Amino acid sequence: MEETTLNNDVHVKLTEKFGEKVTAVSEPYGFLTIVTYKDVIINVLSYLKEELKFNFLTDITAVHYPGKDHGIAVVYHLNNMVEKVRIRIKVFISEQNPTIPTATTIWKGANWMERETYDLFGVKFEGHPDLRRILNMDDLGVHPMLKQYPLEDPNRVDKKDEFFGR
Amino acid sequence: MNHNHPVYTDNDPQSELVTLNLGPTHPATHGVFQNVLQLDGERIVSGVSTIGYIHRAFEKIAEHRPFYQITPLTDRLNYCSSPINNMGWHMTVEKLLNIQMPKRVDYLRVIIMELSRIADHIICNTIIGQDTGATTTFLYLFQFREHIYEIFEEVCGARLTTNIGRIGGFERDFNEIAFTKINKFLKEFPVALKEFENLLTRNRIFIDRTAGVAEVTKEAALEYSWTGPLLRATGVDYDVRVSDPYSSYQDFDFEVPVGTSGDIYDRYLVRNEEMWQSLRIIEQAILKLKTEPKGIFHADVPDFYLPPKQEVYNNMEALIYHFKIVMGEIDAPKAEVYHAVEGGNGELGFYLINDGGRTPYRLHFRRPSFINYQMFAPMSEGMLLSDAIINMSSMNIIAGELDA
Repeated sequence: MEETTLNNDVHVKLTEKFGEKVTAVSEPYGFLTIVTYKDVIINVLSYLKEELKFNFLTDITAVHYPGKDHGIAVVYHLNNMVEKVRIRIKVFISEQNPTIPTATTIWKGANWMERETYDLFGVKFEGHPDLRRILNMDDLGVHPMLKQYPLEDPNRVDKKDEFFGR
Repeated sequence: MNHNHPVYTDNDPQSELVTLNLGPTHPATHGVFQNVLQLDGERIVSGVSTIGYIHRAFEKIAEHRPFYQITPLTDRLNYCSSPINNMGWHMTVEKLLNIQMPKRVDYLRVIIMELSRIADHIICNTIIGQDTGATTTFLYLFQFREHIYEIFEEVCGARLTTNIGRIGGFERDFNEIAFTKINKFLKEFPVALKEFENLLTRNRIFIDRTAGVAEVTKEAALEYSWTGPLLRATGVDYDVRVSDPYSSYQDFDFEVPVGTSGDIYDRYLVRNEEMWQSLRIIEQAILKLKTEPKGIFHADVPDFYLPPKQEVYNNMEALIYHFKIVMGEIDAPKAEVYHAVEGGNGELGFYLINDGGRTPYRLHFRRPSFINYQMFAPMSEGMLLSDAIINMSSMNIIAGELDA
């Protein structure tokens, strides 16, 4: 598999450069996935962009794993358009103090992706030029994609569970 | 301008700037977009985009719905080409489940996806014409969108929010009428598209309004993560169909048109050429279908593909399977998967994390409109208001996809 060798190259180079800071390398469905830490994330991203030609930021999002020490995973998807390699980078950060440096210094396009992640998960991107809510109203007060918030408003009186067999 | 608090009225008596709320409901913006603009005469000094007016929390809802019930949510992302979204989602789940699709199903999907791409581009390009004052072109070409919807209607019964197909294929084979309509479309549409191009492409007024307006460099487009026709108009030949082929796109012979300057005229030309290429792909797909065994419209995966309706009504086992599959009681691997398709506006990605439960643990949509639109306000600065309006129509921002 050609793709796998490319993935290996990227992985070897990343380990050479960052050593212990790049962990949990896996390849679900041929998609190179690494886990790194928030103190080096900006270095990893700029190294990938400048040296390994991952010039395109596909997406930034987050995942919430409640009850863990580092309960929020910020997920970056990058794309090397020339060699057709994609990489997924995860950073696990604390749920109580969800901060991570902003990637807007590397890609301007990270701006709204980070605003969306802040809006939905409450991840505070340090150094972001304009960290406001983007999809929800400003006075919502919660970050609705966190798992502790139910889909429907629990205070509604017109939807009692017993009427729905729940 | 303080970007934290958009200024709705200009209180400074010395200021000569005018604050204009363009939207949220403005006939020129084709959707729910608000831009608070500071104008110096007709020139835009600065702008702030406010989005989220039709935010429906699809990602949250998707965490509470089994896979089959998520398909209707994807309809409502880019509702101008919903079959692409539906199939993108189905292919994501098929990737997760490691389902290999028969070639015939791939080709049928390609036909439907390319028809939706044409429908999507028809809307965008005719609207550019409309916004530059050429209503005729809009009327000439727009009826073909209706013909495409008639084909969808024949295949799946719905027109706009199609909910087309199943995980593992289609719900039924295409009937003869569908193929007749596709062939009729293939015969009639090129004539109309040619006529449309004759009206606009070398039209002096149209060129004056669009060429050189809202130019974007390759570097800026990549910096802002643009994809789709917008990125290609700047000269980057990135197309998910070629770089990451899905649904057997590698079997087809087509070209990826690119522009040079990324202005509105180039975007128009790129979209037009993509319609021609889509027609080529559909023609090839129809030819390829003839060599494939007839009557195959889904993969043979009874654990995931819904049993035929006739059996569900008459056979206990089939009813049980139907219920199990719809309610998400299927054995899906605990894994994460990212799948991208080339939507009408660019790379439409699905990032799915499955933890073995009935519903996805997390589903994230990479929505091209959302990511493309963030450049609108910065690039409008210094632009004339009327140019900003056609810039927005040429970006083809679909509110459903923008806000999810």
